[in-house]
Amino acid sequence: MINIGYYPGCALHGSSNDYEQSVRNCLAKLEVSLKEIDDWICCGASGAHMINKKLGTALPLRNLAIAERDGVAELLAPCPLCSMELLKAKQKITADELLRREMSEIVELPLAGSCDVLNLVQIFQKVGFDNIIENATVKLEGFKPACYYGCLMVRPPRVVQFDDPEHPNSMETLLAGLGAEPVHWNYQTECCGAGLTLADGATVERLVGKILKNAKEHGATCMVAACPMCIVNLDMKQSAAEKRLGESLHLPVYSLSDLVGLALGLSKKELAINKHFVEA
Amino acid sequence: MSTKTLSPDVERVEALAHTHVMDCYQCGKCSAGCPVADRMDVIPSGLMRMVQIGEVRQAAGTMSVWQCLSCQTCSTRCPKSVHVAEVIDALKQIAFEKKLIHPKLRRVAIFQKTFIDTVRRNGRLNEIELTGFFKLSGFFNDFSIPKLMADGQLAVPMILRNKLHFKPGSPVKDKAVVRRIFEKCFKETKKKTT
Repeated sequence: MINIGYYPGCALHGSSNDYEQSVRNCLAKLEVSLKEIDDWICCGASGAHMINKKLGTALPLRNLAIAERDGVAELLAPCPLCSMELLKAKQKITADELLRREMSEIVELPLAGSCDVLNLVQIFQKVGFDNIIENATVKLEGFKPACYYGCLMVRPPRVVQFDDPEHPNSMETLLAGLGAEPVHWNYQTECCGAGLTLADGATVERLVGKILKNAKEHGATCMVAACPMCIVNLDMKQSAAEKRLGESLHLPVYSLSDLVGLALGLSKKELAINKHFVEA
Repeated sequence: MSTKTLSPDVERVEALAHTHVMDCYQCGKCSAGCPVADRMDVIPSGLMRMVQIGEVRQAAGTMSVWQCLSCQTCSTRCPKSVHVAEVIDALKQIAFEKKLIHPKLRRVAIFQKTFIDTVRRNGRLNEIELTGFFKLSGFFNDFSIPKLMADGQLAVPMILRNKLHFKPGSPVKDKAVVRRIFEKCFKETKKKTT
Protein backbone atom coordinates (compact mmCIF):
# COMPACT_ATOMS: atom_id res chain seq x y z
CA MET A 1 0.00 0.00 0.00
CA ILE A 2 1.37 3.39 -1.03
CA ASN A 3 -0.08 6.43 0.78
CA ILE A 4 0.06 9.67 -1.12
CA GLY A 5 -1.40 13.17 -0.88
CA TYR A 6 -3.80 14.16 -3.62
CA TYR A 7 -4.38 17.55 -5.22
CA PRO A 8 -7.20 17.09 -7.77
CA GLY A 9 -7.27 20.65 -9.05
CA CYS A 10 -10.35 22.38 -10.46
CA ALA A 11 -10.62 20.53 -13.79
CA LEU A 12 -10.83 17.08 -12.18
CA HIS A 13 -13.64 18.28 -9.91
CA GLY A 14 -15.34 19.91 -12.89
CA SER A 15 -15.76 18.80 -16.47
CA SER A 16 -12.82 16.36 -16.30
CA ASN A 17 -14.56 14.24 -13.66
CA ASP A 18 -14.23 11.23 -15.98
CA TYR A 19 -10.44 11.62 -15.80
CA GLU A 20 -10.63 11.77 -12.01
CA GLN A 21 -12.76 8.61 -11.81
CA SER A 22 -10.27 6.82 -14.06
CA VAL A 23 -7.25 7.95 -12.01
CA ARG A 24 -8.91 7.03 -8.71
CA ASN A 25 -10.09 3.56 -9.78
CA CYS A 26 -6.88 2.71 -11.56
CA LEU A 27 -4.72 3.71 -8.59
CA ALA A 28 -7.02 1.91 -6.12
CA LYS A 29 -6.46 -1.25 -8.14
CA LEU A 30 -2.71 -0.69 -7.72
CA GLU A 31 -3.20 -0.24 -3.95
CA VAL A 32 -2.29 3.43 -4.01
CA SER A 33 -4.31 5.24 -1.38
CA LEU A 34 -5.03 8.90 -2.17
CA LYS A 35 -5.60 11.38 0.63
CA GLU A 36 -7.13 14.57 -0.78
CA ILE A 37 -5.57 17.57 0.92
CA ASP A 38 -7.92 19.59 3.11
CA ASP A 39 -9.60 22.67 1.66
CA TRP A 40 -7.29 23.04 -1.33
CA ILE A 41 -7.70 26.05 -3.60
CA CYS A 42 -7.11 26.70 -7.32
CA CYS A 43 -3.42 26.83 -8.33
CA GLY A 44 -4.09 29.90 -10.48
CA ALA A 45 -3.71 27.83 -13.66
CA SER A 46 -3.28 29.83 -16.84
CA GLY A 47 -4.59 33.13 -15.51
CA ALA A 48 -2.74 34.07 -12.34
CA HIS A 49 0.83 34.02 -13.66
CA MET A 50 0.02 36.52 -16.42
CA ILE A 51 -2.18 38.86 -14.38
CA ASN A 52 -0.19 39.08 -11.18
CA LYS A 53 3.07 37.19 -10.83
CA LYS A 54 2.90 37.25 -7.05
CA LEU A 55 -0.56 35.70 -7.06
CA GLY A 56 0.67 33.05 -9.50
CA THR A 57 3.23 32.03 -6.88
CA ALA A 58 1.01 32.42 -3.78
CA LEU A 59 -1.96 30.32 -4.93
CA PRO A 60 0.01 27.09 -5.52
CA LEU A 61 2.02 27.70 -2.34
CA ARG A 62 -1.11 27.84 -0.18
CA ASN A 63 -1.75 24.25 -1.29
CA LEU A 64 1.81 23.11 -0.66
CA ALA A 65 1.63 24.70 2.78
CA ILE A 66 -1.61 22.82 3.56
CA ALA A 67 -0.01 19.57 2.40
CA GLU A 68 3.09 20.19 4.53
CA ARG A 69 0.98 21.10 7.57
CA ASP A 70 -0.86 17.79 7.23
CA GLY A 71 2.36 15.81 6.97
CA VAL A 72 2.13 15.01 3.26
CA ALA A 73 5.56 14.19 1.82
CA GLU A 74 4.41 13.51 -1.74
CA LEU A 75 1.52 15.05 -3.58
CA LEU A 76 -0.08 13.70 -6.76
CA ALA A 77 -1.41 16.38 -9.12
CA PRO A 78 -2.81 14.56 -12.19
CA CYS A 79 -3.15 17.88 -14.05
CA PRO A 80 0.26 19.01 -15.41
CA LEU A 81 -0.85 22.64 -15.26
CA CYS A 82 -1.24 22.22 -11.50
CA SER A 83 1.87 20.11 -10.99
CA MET A 84 4.04 22.53 -12.97
CA GLU A 85 2.69 25.57 -11.09
CA LEU A 86 3.19 23.81 -7.74
CA LEU A 87 6.76 22.86 -8.66
CA LYS A 88 7.59 26.30 -10.04
CA ALA A 89 6.40 28.02 -6.88
CA LYS A 90 8.26 25.52 -4.71
CA GLN A 91 11.46 26.10 -6.69
CA LYS A 92 11.13 29.87 -6.25
CA ILE A 93 10.90 29.74 -2.46
CA THR A 94 13.66 27.15 -2.19
CA ALA A 95 16.01 29.49 -4.04
CA ASP A 96 14.98 32.70 -2.28
CA GLU A 97 14.72 32.83 1.51
CA LEU A 98 13.21 36.33 1.57
CA LEU A 99 10.51 35.27 -0.85
CA ARG A 100 9.82 32.16 1.24
CA ARG A 101 9.18 34.29 4.31
CA GLU A 102 7.06 36.76 2.40
CA MET A 103 5.00 33.98 0.79
CA SER A 104 4.52 32.27 4.13
CA GLU A 105 3.01 35.52 5.39
CA ILE A 106 0.78 35.87 2.34
CA VAL A 107 -0.58 32.30 2.46
CA GLU A 108 -0.87 32.46 6.26
CA LEU A 109 0.88 29.13 6.88
CA PRO A 110 4.47 28.03 7.47
CA LEU A 111 6.27 27.05 4.26
CA ALA A 112 9.24 24.72 4.11
CA GLY A 113 9.12 23.70 0.47
CA SER A 114 9.57 20.08 1.52
CA CYS A 115 6.60 18.45 -0.21
CA ASP A 116 7.30 16.66 -3.50
CA VAL A 117 4.90 16.92 -6.42
CA LEU A 118 4.25 14.05 -8.83
CA ASN A 119 2.41 13.85 -12.15
CA LEU A 120 0.38 10.79 -13.18
CA VAL A 121 3.26 9.07 -14.99
CA GLN A 122 5.48 9.54 -11.96
CA ILE A 123 2.98 7.82 -9.68
CA PHE A 124 3.05 4.83 -12.05
CA GLN A 125 6.85 4.97 -11.93
CA LYS A 126 6.64 4.96 -8.14
CA VAL A 127 4.44 1.85 -8.17
CA GLY A 128 6.94 0.43 -10.67
CA PHE A 129 6.31 -0.26 -14.35
CA ASP A 130 7.43 -3.88 -13.83
CA ASN A 131 5.04 -4.27 -10.94
CA ILE A 132 2.13 -2.93 -13.05
CA ILE A 133 3.05 -5.16 -16.01
CA GLU A 134 3.23 -8.20 -13.70
CA ASN A 135 -0.23 -7.46 -12.28
CA ALA A 136 -1.86 -6.87 -15.67
CA THR A 137 -4.53 -9.41 -16.59
CA VAL A 138 -5.50 -8.08 -20.03
CA LYS A 139 -3.01 -7.59 -22.87
CA LEU A 140 -3.55 -4.27 -24.66
CA GLU A 141 -3.51 -6.00 -28.04
CA GLY A 142 -4.55 -3.99 -31.07
CA PHE A 143 -3.97 -0.62 -29.36
CA LYS A 144 -1.67 1.62 -31.39
CA PRO A 145 -1.62 4.76 -29.27
CA ALA A 146 0.08 8.05 -30.06
CA CYS A 147 1.41 9.08 -26.63
CA TYR A 148 0.78 12.78 -26.23
CA TYR A 149 2.64 14.64 -23.46
CA GLY A 150 1.62 18.16 -24.40
CA CYS A 151 3.46 21.06 -22.81
CA LEU A 152 3.70 21.27 -19.09
CA MET A 153 4.39 17.66 -18.20
CA VAL A 154 7.84 18.05 -19.77
CA ARG A 155 8.28 21.83 -19.93
CA PRO A 156 9.96 23.90 -18.74
CA PRO A 157 12.56 21.21 -17.93
CA ARG A 158 14.31 23.45 -15.35
CA VAL A 159 11.07 23.25 -13.34
CA VAL A 160 9.51 19.85 -13.99
CA GLN A 161 12.67 17.76 -14.52
CA PHE A 162 10.67 14.92 -16.02
CA ASP A 163 11.58 12.69 -18.97
CA ASP A 164 13.09 14.21 -22.15
CA PRO A 165 11.53 17.58 -23.04
CA GLU A 166 11.72 16.92 -26.81
CA HIS A 167 11.44 13.13 -27.12
CA PRO A 168 9.84 11.72 -23.97
CA ASN A 169 9.23 7.97 -23.83
CA SER A 170 7.94 7.03 -20.36
CA MET A 171 4.31 6.50 -21.47
CA GLU A 172 5.49 4.49 -24.49
CA THR A 173 7.63 2.26 -22.25
CA LEU A 174 4.76 1.48 -19.88
CA LEU A 175 2.18 0.89 -22.62
CA ALA A 176 4.51 -1.27 -24.71
CA GLY A 177 5.09 -3.37 -21.60
CA LEU A 178 1.32 -3.82 -21.33
CA GLY A 179 1.09 -5.14 -24.89
CA ALA A 180 0.18 -1.99 -26.83
CA GLU A 181 2.15 -0.79 -29.86
CA PRO A 182 2.84 2.93 -29.37
CA VAL A 183 3.60 4.70 -32.66
CA HIS A 184 6.52 7.00 -33.49
CA TRP A 185 5.17 10.40 -34.43
CA ASN A 186 6.10 14.09 -34.48
CA TYR A 187 3.83 15.99 -32.10
CA GLN A 188 4.35 14.32 -28.71
CA THR A 189 5.05 17.69 -27.09
CA GLU A 190 3.33 20.17 -29.42
CA CYS A 191 0.78 22.45 -27.71
CA CYS A 192 -2.98 21.76 -28.13
CA GLY A 193 -4.00 25.27 -27.08
CA ALA A 194 -4.66 24.19 -23.49
CA GLY A 195 -6.94 26.54 -21.58
CA LEU A 196 -7.84 28.69 -24.57
CA THR A 197 -10.70 26.35 -25.59
CA LEU A 198 -13.34 28.95 -24.71
CA ALA A 199 -11.38 32.14 -25.38
CA ASP A 200 -9.91 31.24 -28.78
CA GLY A 201 -11.63 28.12 -30.07
CA ALA A 202 -10.35 28.55 -33.64
CA THR A 203 -6.70 28.30 -32.56
CA VAL A 204 -7.41 25.21 -30.45
CA GLU A 205 -9.23 23.51 -33.34
CA ARG A 206 -6.37 24.27 -35.72
CA LEU A 207 -3.72 22.90 -33.33
CA VAL A 208 -5.80 19.85 -32.37
CA GLY A 209 -6.36 19.07 -36.06
CA LYS A 210 -2.63 19.27 -36.76
CA ILE A 211 -1.78 16.96 -33.82
CA LEU A 212 -4.46 14.35 -34.58
CA LYS A 213 -3.69 14.31 -38.30
CA ASN A 214 -0.02 13.64 -37.64
CA ALA A 215 -0.87 10.84 -35.21
CA LYS A 216 -3.18 9.25 -37.78
CA GLU A 217 -0.56 9.52 -40.55
CA HIS A 218 1.86 7.63 -38.34
CA GLY A 219 -0.52 4.75 -37.86
CA ALA A 220 -2.11 5.61 -34.51
CA THR A 221 -5.52 4.12 -33.73
CA CYS A 222 -6.00 6.16 -30.56
CA MET A 223 -4.50 8.97 -28.48
CA VAL A 224 -3.19 8.72 -24.91
CA ALA A 225 -2.56 11.69 -22.64
CA ALA A 226 -2.11 12.44 -18.96
CA CYS A 227 -3.51 15.97 -18.84
CA PRO A 228 -7.16 17.02 -18.46
CA MET A 229 -6.71 19.98 -20.84
CA CYS A 230 -5.12 17.84 -23.57
CA ILE A 231 -7.80 15.16 -23.18
CA VAL A 232 -10.67 17.67 -23.36
CA ASN A 233 -9.23 19.43 -26.40
CA LEU A 234 -8.36 16.28 -28.36
CA ASP A 235 -11.65 14.58 -27.47
CA MET A 236 -14.32 17.27 -27.24
CA LYS A 237 -12.88 19.43 -30.02
CA GLN A 238 -12.13 16.52 -32.36
CA SER A 239 -15.31 16.84 -34.44
CA ALA A 240 -14.74 20.60 -34.89
CA ALA A 241 -11.12 19.92 -35.87
CA GLU A 242 -12.28 17.28 -38.36
CA LYS A 243 -14.66 19.80 -39.94
CA ARG A 244 -11.85 22.33 -40.24
CA LEU A 245 -9.56 19.71 -41.88
CA GLY A 246 -12.35 18.36 -44.07
CA GLU A 247 -11.53 14.76 -43.18
CA SER A 248 -12.59 12.16 -40.68
CA LEU A 249 -10.04 11.05 -38.08
CA HIS A 250 -11.93 9.14 -35.41
CA LEU A 251 -9.16 8.73 -32.86
CA PRO A 252 -10.54 7.77 -29.42
CA VAL A 253 -8.76 9.69 -26.66
CA TYR A 254 -7.70 7.82 -23.54
CA SER A 255 -6.07 8.97 -20.38
CA LEU A 256 -3.01 6.97 -19.39
CA SER A 257 -4.98 5.66 -16.38
CA ASP A 258 -7.69 4.41 -18.81
CA LEU A 259 -5.28 2.12 -20.64
CA VAL A 260 -3.43 0.99 -17.51
CA GLY A 261 -6.84 0.37 -15.89
CA LEU A 262 -8.04 -1.72 -18.85
CA ALA A 263 -4.85 -3.80 -18.63
CA LEU A 264 -5.51 -4.32 -14.92
CA GLY A 265 -8.95 -5.72 -15.77
CA LEU A 266 -11.14 -2.70 -14.99
CA SER A 267 -14.19 -2.12 -17.20
CA LYS A 268 -14.73 0.85 -19.55
CA LYS A 269 -17.53 1.98 -17.26
CA GLU A 270 -15.35 1.85 -14.13
CA LEU A 271 -12.83 4.03 -15.96
CA ALA A 272 -15.57 6.38 -17.28
CA ILE A 273 -14.43 5.70 -20.85
CA ASN A 274 -18.15 5.69 -21.77
CA LYS A 275 -18.20 9.43 -20.93
CA HIS A 276 -15.76 10.35 -23.71
CA PHE A 277 -16.95 12.20 -26.80
CA VAL A 278 -15.17 10.15 -29.48
CA GLU A 279 -16.54 6.66 -29.04
CA ALA A 280 -13.88 4.17 -27.97
CA MET B 1 26.50 40.29 -17.96
CA SER B 2 25.59 43.80 -18.90
CA THR B 3 26.86 46.66 -16.78
CA LYS B 4 24.64 49.27 -18.41
CA THR B 5 21.65 50.44 -16.42
CA LEU B 6 18.31 49.35 -17.79
CA SER B 7 15.25 51.56 -18.10
CA PRO B 8 12.67 51.09 -15.31
CA ASP B 9 10.28 49.34 -17.73
CA VAL B 10 12.94 46.82 -18.76
CA GLU B 11 13.93 46.32 -15.13
CA ARG B 12 10.33 45.55 -14.29
CA VAL B 13 10.18 42.89 -17.03
CA GLU B 14 13.39 41.32 -15.73
CA ALA B 15 12.11 41.33 -12.16
CA LEU B 16 8.78 39.75 -13.11
CA ALA B 17 10.34 37.18 -15.45
CA HIS B 18 13.44 36.39 -13.33
CA THR B 19 15.65 36.50 -16.40
CA HIS B 20 18.22 38.65 -18.21
CA VAL B 21 16.70 39.97 -21.42
CA MET B 22 20.09 41.24 -22.65
CA ASP B 23 21.32 37.64 -22.83
CA CYS B 24 19.18 37.14 -25.94
CA TYR B 25 21.35 37.23 -29.08
CA GLN B 26 18.47 37.02 -31.56
CA CYS B 27 19.08 33.51 -32.89
CA GLY B 28 15.34 33.10 -33.50
CA LYS B 29 15.05 29.60 -32.08
CA CYS B 30 12.12 30.67 -29.90
CA SER B 31 10.21 31.89 -32.95
CA ALA B 32 11.09 28.79 -34.98
CA GLY B 33 9.47 26.49 -32.41
CA CYS B 34 6.49 28.66 -31.50
CA PRO B 35 3.24 26.88 -32.52
CA VAL B 36 1.46 30.19 -33.14
CA ALA B 37 4.28 32.38 -34.52
CA ASP B 38 2.65 32.32 -37.98
CA ARG B 39 -0.32 34.25 -36.59
CA MET B 40 1.62 36.80 -34.54
CA ASP B 41 2.12 40.45 -35.45
CA VAL B 42 5.57 40.33 -33.79
CA ILE B 43 7.29 36.93 -33.41
CA PRO B 44 8.75 35.96 -29.99
CA SER B 45 12.35 36.93 -30.86
CA GLY B 46 10.97 40.27 -32.09
CA LEU B 47 9.27 40.81 -28.74
CA MET B 48 12.59 40.04 -27.04
CA ARG B 49 14.33 42.66 -29.20
CA MET B 50 11.64 45.26 -28.44
CA VAL B 51 12.15 44.69 -24.72
CA GLN B 52 15.94 44.96 -25.12
CA ILE B 53 15.69 48.37 -26.75
CA GLY B 54 13.22 49.61 -24.16
CA GLU B 55 10.02 49.36 -26.18
CA VAL B 56 8.28 47.50 -23.35
CA ARG B 57 4.92 49.24 -23.66
CA GLN B 58 4.81 48.74 -27.42
CA ALA B 59 5.62 45.03 -26.90
CA ALA B 60 2.88 44.75 -24.25
CA GLY B 61 0.44 46.25 -26.75
CA THR B 62 1.00 43.64 -29.48
CA MET B 63 -1.49 40.95 -30.47
CA SER B 64 1.30 38.40 -30.01
CA VAL B 65 1.22 38.39 -26.23
CA TRP B 66 -2.42 37.20 -26.31
CA GLN B 67 -1.72 34.64 -29.03
CA CYS B 68 0.96 33.11 -26.81
CA LEU B 69 -0.26 29.81 -25.34
CA SER B 70 2.29 29.75 -22.48
CA CYS B 71 3.43 26.38 -23.86
CA GLN B 72 7.04 27.03 -22.74
CA THR B 73 8.63 25.76 -25.98
CA CYS B 74 10.54 29.05 -26.41
CA SER B 75 11.97 29.00 -22.89
CA THR B 76 12.87 25.32 -23.21
CA ARG B 77 14.80 25.75 -26.46
CA CYS B 78 16.56 29.05 -25.75
CA PRO B 79 20.32 28.39 -26.01
CA LYS B 80 20.95 31.30 -23.62
CA SER B 81 18.39 30.07 -21.05
CA VAL B 82 16.32 33.22 -21.32
CA HIS B 83 12.83 32.60 -19.91
CA VAL B 84 11.07 33.88 -23.03
CA ALA B 85 7.62 32.64 -21.99
CA GLU B 86 7.98 34.41 -18.65
CA VAL B 87 9.00 37.61 -20.45
CA ILE B 88 5.76 37.34 -22.46
CA ASP B 89 3.86 36.71 -19.19
CA ALA B 90 5.43 39.87 -17.77
CA LEU B 91 4.30 41.79 -20.88
CA LYS B 92 0.77 40.49 -20.33
CA GLN B 93 0.79 41.67 -16.73
CA ILE B 94 2.06 45.10 -17.84
CA ALA B 95 -0.66 45.20 -20.52
CA PHE B 96 -3.27 44.56 -17.80
CA GLU B 97 -1.80 47.16 -15.44
CA LYS B 98 -1.25 49.91 -18.02
CA LYS B 99 -4.38 49.11 -20.03
CA LEU B 100 -2.41 48.29 -23.18
CA ILE B 101 -4.37 45.19 -24.21
CA HIS B 102 -4.65 44.93 -28.00
CA PRO B 103 -8.34 45.50 -28.88
CA LYS B 104 -8.44 42.66 -31.43
CA LEU B 105 -7.54 40.06 -28.81
CA ARG B 106 -9.17 41.61 -25.77
CA ARG B 107 -11.35 38.47 -25.49
CA VAL B 108 -8.38 36.36 -24.42
CA ALA B 109 -7.47 38.86 -21.70
CA ILE B 110 -11.11 39.03 -20.60
CA PHE B 111 -11.14 35.24 -20.31
CA GLN B 112 -8.08 35.14 -18.06
CA LYS B 113 -9.40 38.00 -15.92
CA THR B 114 -12.81 36.30 -15.59
CA PHE B 115 -11.10 33.05 -14.63
CA ILE B 116 -9.11 34.69 -11.85
CA ASP B 117 -12.20 36.58 -10.63
CA THR B 118 -14.16 33.34 -10.15
CA VAL B 119 -11.21 31.95 -8.20
CA ARG B 120 -11.15 35.10 -6.06
CA ARG B 121 -14.85 34.64 -5.25
CA ASN B 122 -14.95 30.85 -4.83
CA GLY B 123 -11.41 29.70 -4.11
CA ARG B 124 -11.75 27.23 -6.95
CA LEU B 125 -12.85 27.44 -10.55
CA ASN B 126 -16.60 27.31 -11.12
CA GLU B 127 -16.91 26.39 -14.80
CA ILE B 128 -20.53 27.47 -15.22
CA GLU B 129 -19.80 30.85 -13.63
CA LEU B 130 -16.68 31.28 -15.77
CA THR B 131 -18.52 30.40 -18.99
CA GLY B 132 -21.47 32.66 -18.17
CA PHE B 133 -19.46 35.70 -17.15
CA PHE B 134 -16.98 35.24 -19.99
CA LYS B 135 -19.71 34.90 -22.62
CA LEU B 136 -21.39 38.06 -21.32
CA SER B 137 -18.33 40.26 -20.97
CA GLY B 138 -17.00 38.92 -24.27
CA PHE B 139 -20.28 39.88 -25.94
CA PHE B 140 -20.19 43.39 -24.53
CA ASN B 141 -16.64 43.70 -25.87
CA ASP B 142 -17.38 43.03 -29.55
CA PHE B 143 -21.15 42.27 -29.82
CA SER B 144 -20.35 39.11 -31.78
CA ILE B 145 -23.38 36.79 -31.85
CA PRO B 146 -21.43 33.85 -33.40
CA LYS B 147 -18.88 34.06 -30.58
CA LEU B 148 -21.68 34.25 -28.01
CA MET B 149 -23.20 31.08 -29.46
CA ALA B 150 -19.90 29.22 -30.04
CA ASP B 151 -19.57 25.89 -28.22
CA GLY B 152 -23.31 25.99 -27.48
CA GLN B 153 -23.69 22.67 -29.26
CA LEU B 154 -21.44 21.10 -26.60
CA ALA B 155 -23.77 21.98 -23.70
CA VAL B 156 -26.25 19.12 -24.14
CA PRO B 157 -23.65 16.37 -24.71
CA MET B 158 -21.76 17.69 -21.69
CA ILE B 159 -24.86 17.57 -19.50
CA LEU B 160 -25.59 14.02 -20.73
CA ARG B 161 -22.09 13.02 -19.66
CA ASN B 162 -22.53 14.66 -16.25
CA LYS B 163 -19.73 17.10 -17.10
CA LEU B 164 -21.54 20.35 -16.30
CA HIS B 165 -22.11 21.06 -12.64
CA PHE B 166 -24.39 23.90 -11.69
CA LYS B 167 -23.37 23.46 -8.07
CA PRO B 168 -19.69 22.66 -7.54
CA GLY B 169 -19.31 19.38 -5.64
CA SER B 170 -16.97 20.47 -2.89
CA PRO B 171 -16.83 24.20 -2.18
CA VAL B 172 -13.86 25.80 -0.43
CA LYS B 173 -14.57 26.25 3.29
CA ASP B 174 -12.18 29.09 4.01
CA LYS B 175 -12.99 31.57 1.25
CA ALA B 176 -11.86 34.49 3.41
CA VAL B 177 -8.23 33.41 3.28
CA VAL B 178 -8.39 33.28 -0.52
CA ARG B 179 -9.64 36.84 -0.62
CA ARG B 180 -6.90 37.96 1.74
CA ILE B 181 -4.24 36.29 -0.47
CA PHE B 182 -5.61 38.18 -3.47
CA GLU B 183 -5.67 41.48 -1.58
CA LYS B 184 -2.09 41.12 -0.38
CA CYS B 185 -0.78 40.21 -3.85
CA PHE B 186 -2.55 43.04 -5.64
CA LYS B 187 -1.69 45.64 -3.00
CA GLU B 188 1.98 44.79 -3.43
CA THR B 189 1.81 45.29 -7.20
CA LYS B 190 0.03 48.63 -6.90
CA LYS B 191 2.75 49.93 -4.61
CA LYS B 192 5.41 48.94 -7.13
CA THR B 193 3.76 50.47 -10.19
CA THR B 194 2.98 53.86 -8.67
